[in-house]
Amino acid sequence: MTEPKTLYQKIWDAHVVDQRDDGTALIYIDRHLVHEVTSPQAFEGLRKAGRKVRRPDLTLAVPDHNLPTTARLDSQGNKVPIADPQSAAQLEALEANAPAFGIRYIGASDINQGIVHVIGPEQGFTLPGTTLVCGDSHTAAHGALGALAFGIGTSEVEHVLATQTLQLTRSKSMEIRVDGELGPGISPKDLILHIIGVIGTAGGTGHVIEYRGKVFETMSIEGRLTVSNMSIEAGARAGLIAPDQATFDYLKGRPMSPKGADWDAALAYWKTLVSDEGARFDTSVTINAADVAPTVTWGTSPEDVVPVNGNVPAPDSYADPSKQDAARKSLTYMGLEPGQAMRDVAVENIFIGSCTNSRIEDLRAAAGILDGRKKADNVKWAIVVPGSGLVKAQAEAEGLDRIFTDAGFEWREPGCSACLGMNPDKVPPGERCASTSNRNFVGRQGPGARTHLMSPAMAAAAAVTGRLTDVRELTR
Amino acid sequence: MKSVQTVEGRAIPFGQKNVDTDVIIAAKWLKTISREGLGQGAFESIRAQEGNIFDDPEYAGASILIAGDNFGCGSSREHAAWALDDMGIKAIIAPSFSDIFSGNAFKNGLLAIALPQEAIDRLMEVAKTEPITIDMESMSVTTPFQDRFSFEMDPFRHQCLMEGLDEIDLTMAKSDAIERHEKNTDSAMHWLKPAAA
Repeated sequence: MTEPKTLYQKIWDAHVVDQRDDGTALIYIDRHLVHEVTSPQAFEGLRKAGRKVRRPDLTLAVPDHNLPTTARLDSQGNKVPIADPQSAAQLEALEANAPAFGIRYIGASDINQGIVHVIGPEQGFTLPGTTLVCGDSHTAAHGALGALAFGIGTSEVEHVLATQTLQLTRSKSMEIRVDGELGPGISPKDLILHIIGVIGTAGGTGHVIEYRGKVFETMSIEGRLTVSNMSIEAGARAGLIAPDQATFDYLKGRPMSPKGADWDAALAYWKTLVSDEGARFDTSVTINAADVAPTVTWGTSPEDVVPVNGNVPAPDSYADPSKQDAARKSLTYMGLEPGQAMRDVAVENIFIGSCTNSRIEDLRAAAGILDGRKKADNVKWAIVVPGSGLVKAQAEAEGLDRIFTDAGFEWREPGCSACLGMNPDKVPPGERCASTSNRNFVGRQGPGARTHLMSPAMAAAAAVTGRLTDVRELTR
Repeated sequence: MKSVQTVEGRAIPFGQKNVDTDVIIAAKWLKTISREGLGQGAFESIRAQEGNIFDDPEYAGASILIAGDNFGCGSSREHAAWALDDMGIKAIIAPSFSDIFSGNAFKNGLLAIALPQEAIDRLMEVAKTEPITIDMESMSVTTPFQDRFSFEMDPFRHQCLMEGLDEIDLTMAKSDAIERHEKNTDSAMHWLKPAAA
């Protein structure tokens, strides 16, 4: 009998190139996604050392972070220049570096362009059982398909480009089991916010999380991507969900998915990618799906969550003095009072997008709430930013764009947009945003911006009423 | 990588928990295509406040930063490590670090030293008036008051830091093993090669 293995251990073992006595291993990387922000210094490093990219065929480059989400081509079909010279220079650097090193590049006006973590699965570049990295912490998303996927820094980007490997120490394993069923109107975003609230933003540090249980087995791939995406907000570098029939159905026929005999061989292998019965996890957490309410954040850390029908917590309610201090600072920044009902909090901005929630299902959920309704007068700015050109085209084919624009939303081009305050889409200082993104850090959506994280349907509900709202009041 | 044997100097008793990389360096500073000059953007939102610890003349020229749990959480931006390095910080001492940040710090020869909270509390006190010494050989942090705290470090990282080894060179020396892995997967798992789009 061989020792039962976790899914994480199986993928790890299949990628060990060289094992050192001290426990670290050289791990082969099957897939590398590259974007404009964390790659220029890596390409520069290669150039200085006279090194090539070892496997350009396993590398895919696309711009997303810096790109404005306004029209990319004018009516004559010419490129619209990017106003910010620094952003323009960074985008040009990627556009030049990719072909110079033989890497496949999806340009800004290509219909396949989008947020790296949306296009990886969409193109069939992300596959079960692979190791996948990107110079972006939300690479954890790809674990939804059963890939061991994690974010890396720029020096590691350079290391992967040069050697197609990384020197790594094996992480601990954490099982998060959610049994039961999510209630009506409760989305995968509510679930992951709830999980982060339970284990904290450092709860998963040093671990790879495997999400297990009935809730994930019955969840769509889009929903799984939302959950795994925010593993990093729970401190874990990677999340994993065992691939199943839903995963195989999702991947079949995608442009870069295996074809013919390769598909059959892949499928046979993918079906072995489950944690064995009796496999031991270093940490186990159990969550009851029935406990998950529509959830929003009140503070400046993703662990600062509360059911939307709850109240702003009192800093004194925390036992830890440093947490009390952090809560006080958060409330000052957020302009909230202890005990205040979350439902009384008015919002001026709505952002539906980001690598967490910009897929077709997210847009359908938001449009389902907005259909035949309009944004409240106090909502000054409401934007929808599809995760990719293909998501945008699909939404337009379904008429969702009209529902959004009729409700008073702007319908934008794909990119990271107002998730990170880097491109022109920013929330003004002191104003609130009901946001489907992943981080409510100080200044994240722009200097002084106040972020409340929530699901796409909840953000749509907030747009309609002009305040944080329990979406179940608006479901028909 | 430059070799690091010891770090000695004043330490900024910052102490804050869950310091995310957006706080260390905000997104607007990420548009650069160079690793240099990011120190001026470091901790910008904190430095905008009157009387902040980073601009306290007492700690001018400090080479160590003392922080709370989960330092460097959030985004993978290596700019956070570059910004700390550029502002003269050579080591960060905290109870824990995010996994990605500690990797990024290592790649830049920046020490990320994890010590228990009691040790952090003591060092925060000492740092107000006295310098702190980190010795890599003995893996210990000491103070002029005879405090001595031992720390652990991944042996591979410890060796690279002590000897100033270039990780890419080390890995390239193993290209035979990499090639072997590629040959094996190419025959056993041909499907791994991305289909031409």
